[in-house]
Amino acid sequence: MNVIQVLFWILSAMALVSALMVLLSKNPVHSVLWLVAVFFAISGHYILLNAQFIAIVNLIVYAGAIMVLFLFVIMLMNLNKDTEPQKNIWMKLAGAISAGCLLMILVSLIKQAPELQAKTAMMNEGGIGLIANLGKALFNTYVVPFEISSILFLSAMVGAVVIGKKD
Amino acid sequence: MPIQYYIYLSLALFCIGIAGVLTRRNAIIIFMSVELMLNAVNLLLVAFSKMHHAVATAVDKVNNVGTDGQIFVFFVMVVAAAEVSVGLAIIVMMYRNAHSVDVNFLNRLKN
Repeated sequence: MNVIQVLFWILSAMALVSALMVLLSKNPVHSVLWLVAVFFAISGHYILLNAQFIAIVNLIVYAGAIMVLFLFVIMLMNLNKDTEPQKNIWMKLAGAISAGCLLMILVSLIKQAPELQAKTAMMNEGGIGLIANLGKALFNTYVVPFEISSILFLSAMVGAVVIGKKD
Repeated sequence: MPIQYYIYLSLALFCIGIAGVLTRRNAIIIFMSVELMLNAVNLLLVAFSKMHHAVATAVDKVNNVGTDGQIFVFFVMVVAAAEVSVGLAIIVMMYRNAHSVDVNFLNRLKN
């Protein structure tokens, strides 16, 4: 087992445990912090796959901006206490069982797929994830969607202000 | 690494997100579970892009096969950021009207 495999298993265990703790912790602030841990683990996976641009953007946008927005809203509403009313235990069980069934079906499907046998993801080499290559693709082939996304951001900003306005 | 390991990891994260949407009642936790599902899909897209790049590199040494997948991850992040801003505004408005973020309070349309 070389160092990349060891790092893969460590990061995978970290991502799964943190994702479970997002659901299991009662305090919403703790959930947000565990979700930040999930995003750090996924960024570690991106670095292992040599997708450096995506790794940095994931850290800045998700862990930096979006999670801080979540924390602001939770603290603004003073929700950082453990008072979620208990749902019916059967409803919780049904949700967990249906998610587990979906996981089992998909895993058994992937296990038999002949197209995926002996395929490997290229680790720690290959230059497509570097910012030079992605920047060229973004500003040549994908320049129209890139500009449209700025209009999307403008409309999201106007929408958030209109919804949040007191009237 | 074999591509199956990445698929299993992404499926596990996605199903944890689904379980969160189905079992929790706090609207903010449900929203965070949706973010978790988006991230699972992003991880899978990057892994598949590197898989196709590995296949193409075996034939041709210099290529940029697989760039599209990583660009797609970038656009998923763009849309997720816009979605979070609007969604949190809606949750704040819901809290202002109902003084709670419990989604069971949303099951009535009148008053």
